[in-house]
Amino acid sequence: MIFLNQIIQGVLLGGYYALIACGLSFMFSVMRIINLAHGSLAILAAYALFELADRFDVSPFLGLVVVVPAMALVGAGLQRAVLERSARGGLLVPVLSTFGLSIVIDNLLFQQFGADTRSLAPYIGDLSYDSWSLTDDIAIGKLAALTMATAIVLLGGIQLFLNRTQFGRMIRATAEDADTVGLVGVNARRVNALAAAIAMATVAISGAFLAMRATFDPYAGALQLIFAFEASVIGGAGSLWGTLFGGIVLGVAQSLGASVSPQGFFIAGHVVFLVALFLRIYFGDFGPRLRRLARRPA
Amino acid sequence: MTLLTIERLEARHGLLTAVRGVSFAVDKGETVALVGANGAGKTTLLRAIAGQHPIAGGRVVFKGADVTPRTAHARARMGIALVPEGRRLFASLTVEENLLLARSAGRAGPWTLEAVMEAFPNLKARRRSLAGALSGGEQQATAIGRALMTNPEIILLDEVSLGLSPLVVGRVYEQLGTLKSSGVAIVLVEQDLKRAMTTASRAICMLEGAIAVEGATADLTHEQVTQAYFGLRRAAGHGAPA
Repeated sequence: MIFLNQIIQGVLLGGYYALIACGLSFMFSVMRIINLAHGSLAILAAYALFELADRFDVSPFLGLVVVVPAMALVGAGLQRAVLERSARGGLLVPVLSTFGLSIVIDNLLFQQFGADTRSLAPYIGDLSYDSWSLTDDIAIGKLAALTMATAIVLLGGIQLFLNRTQFGRMIRATAEDADTVGLVGVNARRVNALAAAIAMATVAISGAFLAMRATFDPYAGALQLIFAFEASVIGGAGSLWGTLFGGIVLGVAQSLGASVSPQGFFIAGHVVFLVALFLRIYFGDFGPRLRRLARRPA
Repeated sequence: MTLLTIERLEARHGLLTAVRGVSFAVDKGETVALVGANGAGKTTLLRAIAGQHPIAGGRVVFKGADVTPRTAHARARMGIALVPEGRRLFASLTVEENLLLARSAGRAGPWTLEAVMEAFPNLKARRRSLAGALSGGEQQATAIGRALMTNPEIILLDEVSLGLSPLVVGRVYEQLGTLKSSGVAIVLVEQDLKRAMTTASRAICMLEGAIAVEGATADLTHEQVTQAYFGLRRAAGHGAPA
C-alpha cells in the first residue's frame, strides 16, 4: 500500500515536471534551441506573480492573466534579440547565450529581491494543503491534481494546436525548413517569434505552479531547469506527449527512491535520466540526430 | 502585357558571379523555357526572382512594382511561386498539410485542395501520407501542387522532371498543359531541350550566367540553341577557332 501511494504521488509529481518541461521541450522541437534560461525565466514569472499578490492582493490565478501575456512578449523579444541571432551560429551558440541570460536574470532577481525565499502558497488559501482522502493511507493533494490536469490540458492543447491548425502547420514547417516556408508565403521570423511567445507563456504557467507548491528564491531556476531537462530527455526531446511520460517516469522514480532513503529522491531521478539518455544515444534516433545537429557548421 | 521584368540582374555565390546582368520579360500567361548547361545560373536566377537568393545588382519588377527589396514570403503573397530544385517538401508533414500550408500566402483563386487533387489524381490516395514517404513522381506532384495552392500569377519550375521516370515526366507535362491554359505564366527550367522547346512559346538559353540566345521557340532552330548551350556560337563570333 505504501508503494501504491508512492507511485500515485510520483505520477502527480510527474505532472509538475511535465509542466515545467513543456516550454523547454516545445522550444527544442520547434526552434531547435536548447534554452538554458528556461528555469530562470520560470522564476522570473514566479516573482512577477508574487509581486502582484503581495503588493496588489491579486490572486496568482488572476495574476496569470497579466503575467502570461507579459511573458509571451518577453519570449518574442528574446527570440528577436538573442535566440534568432545566436541560432545562426549553430546549435551551441544559443546554449551559451541562454546560459549567459540565465546568469543575468538570476542576479538581477537577487539584486531586486534579495536572498529571502518566497512562496505563493499563502495567497491561494487552503488549495495549497487541502487534499482528497482515497483511503486511510492515500490522499491526493488538490494542488497536485490541479497541476497534473493543467499539464495534460497544456501539453494536449499545444499538440492539438500544432497538428490541427494552420499556424501549427506553419510552426512545424518552419522548424523543418525555414528557408522554404517563404516560398509559400510564410514569414519564418514572425512564426518563430510567435512560437517563442507560446513557449514563454507556458513558462509563466509553470512558474505559477512552481511558486504555489513550494518556495523559490532568485537562484532556484537551475534546479527547475535540471528537472525539466530530465523529463524532456526521458520522454524523447521534442515530443510533447513524451514529455508528459518523461515527467511521470522521473516523478515516480524520485518518489520510489525517496521511500528507500532520503537521498534516494535525487539519486533515483538522475539514474533513470542517465539510463534513458544512454539508451537513446545507443538505441534510439536521438543520438544520430544530436550528432548531426552538433556537426552543423558554426 | 508584361507581368515580370528582370533588369540587369546579378547574383553571386561568394566570389563567383552566377548570374551576370540578365534582362528579360515575361508576359501574362506566357510560357518561357530557360535552358542551359549545368552551372549556367538558371537555378540561381529563379531563386533570385523568388527572393530566396540575395540580389547583388539589378531589379526584379513584378506587376509594375519593384520587388527587389522584398522578402520571399512577400513575393509569394504577390503571386510569384517557385517549385524549387529538389522539391524541398516538408517531409514531416502530410501531403495535405504541405498543400494547406500554401494558404498562408493568402491568395484565393481556382487552386484549392480539391482542384490540386483533381489535377494530380495520384495524390488522392496519399493525402494523409507523410511527404517524406512519397515516390519521386508523387513528391513532384505535391511540390507543384503546393506552389499552385498559392494561386500564383507566375510559377517558376526548376527541373521538375529531374529524377522522374519518362512515364511520370509525361504526366507532369500533361498537367503543365492544363496550367498553361489557365492563364498562369510559366518559367520552366528543363534539361530536355526538345521538351522545353515544344512546351514553351519562347526560349532563353543561358551560358555562364548570361543570356546567350533568346527567341520564340518557333524561330529558333535546334542547332542555334545547342550552339548557344555549349558556347560555340560566341566562340565563332569572336573568330576563335572552333
